[in-house]
Amino acid sequence: MIQVIPFTFAFNPFQALLDIHGFEVVAHNFPSFMVGALITLELTALAVAFGMILGLLFGLLKMAPQFKPTYWLATLYIDFFRGTPLFVQILLLYFGILPVFGEIGAFTSAVIACSLNSGAYIAEIVRAGIQAIDKGQMEAGRSLGMNYRQAMWYIILPQAYKVVIPPLINEFIAMLKDTSLVSIISVSELTLRGKLIYASSYEPAWVWGTVAIIYFIMTKLLAMFGDYMERRLATE
Amino acid sequence: MCTSLKKLTAILISALLLVGILALSGCGSKDAGEQAAPEKVLRVVTEAGFAPFEFKEGNDEFTGFDMDLIRAIGEAQGYKVELAHMGFESLIPALQSDKADCAIAGMSITPERQESVDFSTPYFDAGLIIAVAKDTEGIATLDDLQGKKIGCQVGTIGADASMSVKEKDSKTEVRTFDNIGEAFMELEKGGVDAVVNDHAVTAYYIKTTGKDKTKMVGELFSADDHYGIAVKKGNAEMLKVINEGLGKIKANGKYDEIYKKWFE
Repeated sequence: MIQVIPFTFAFNPFQALLDIHGFEVVAHNFPSFMVGALITLELTALAVAFGMILGLLFGLLKMAPQFKPTYWLATLYIDFFRGTPLFVQILLLYFGILPVFGEIGAFTSAVIACSLNSGAYIAEIVRAGIQAIDKGQMEAGRSLGMNYRQAMWYIILPQAYKVVIPPLINEFIAMLKDTSLVSIISVSELTLRGKLIYASSYEPAWVWGTVAIIYFIMTKLLAMFGDYMERRLATE
Repeated sequence: MCTSLKKLTAILISALLLVGILALSGCGSKDAGEQAAPEKVLRVVTEAGFAPFEFKEGNDEFTGFDMDLIRAIGEAQGYKVELAHMGFESLIPALQSDKADCAIAGMSITPERQESVDFSTPYFDAGLIIAVAKDTEGIATLDDLQGKKIGCQVGTIGADASMSVKEKDSKTEVRTFDNIGEAFMELEKGGVDAVVNDHAVTAYYIKTTGKDKTKMVGELFSADDHYGIAVKKGNAEMLKVINEGLGKIKANGKYDEIYKKWFE
């Protein structure tokens, strides 16, 4: 490869940056940060995906107080997982409850804890979304000869779907940040990697600054995706 | 297209701004260095999850060998000791940013740490040991752990030793916990095959909580390992206070008294 270089610089800015210890630490560990960010994303995606299933299920159960046992189950589930810290839930599940069911890895436990937590919040989002749809829609469905289930599935949910997008994206962003808590059970996501690099370099500003920027970029992209979805689904 | 480009620029600018703020804060913390400690109060940080060196019991008081030691040093030198808990990996940064005068946390004196802090004369001779579940056979040395799952605590020399095994055999899985207690729990429930940690702490754990479930195997290694009290790099004044205090309690028998209380 032939290059024509008109001037030679005695000063190489990248080299100068590398002379700063903190920058060198960040540059040297960059692949590790990236892998950590990927694990964070994976964990978040799984947690929110399972959370949506749980949320839809329990949200619907919570809306049918005429079926007492399932209604109380949903209430108990939502109240417990919204009413206790995720940090405590992670430790309780990993060290206390899941070992009863055999050997379950740290990552799986983290997914279970985050999904259950996310599900509780999503259940409330689903309920709010459904209740936001005009009562007349259900009545119209019923008057066409649909039963409650059909009207819910074909008339209400497709409309509620649009209403719940913004709070759902909000939940996604919150979950992405909250996954940092699973570092306590040694899932090597972004925060634990930051901790490890910080523990050997003692460069708090550089290491945590980098971690913060990576989280910020991920949440910003999610927010942009949310905006895009909202625009696409806008009817007027 | 145009709006998304604008957004991208906005993101990049915010990221750059953040970097700028960080660079500034990095400079600032160095300038604030020379402030003297408030008079006659010794601000000590520790990681209180490392029995029998430092832990909390019942009444929420810091207790343990290190805690008795630093209180005795404070008393000998006329300082009031104020203790605070932090994650182990944050102890050295706390010294560097003058949030504390010294750190005592079963901290081994290593060349890497000496680049960031100054250590007192060694106050305890330590070493590493491997702990495994009661029914585990065939593990006695670090090399036996190749390809296995190892538990350790973030930022400790046990973690360094575990990482050295991983360097030899990349199939080795090193699981790092914030607190050594979680690593032991993981060992008990079979999530890791072994825990590599300081001998005195592991011995105390097996004597108390881990009885019947875990055991120590093999010989002590890294036996040239010594604990020191860390102060901010270049803080000769504080180092002198601590070294003198340590000398005094060693001379008047207080050190031996504390040692006997915890290890005999």
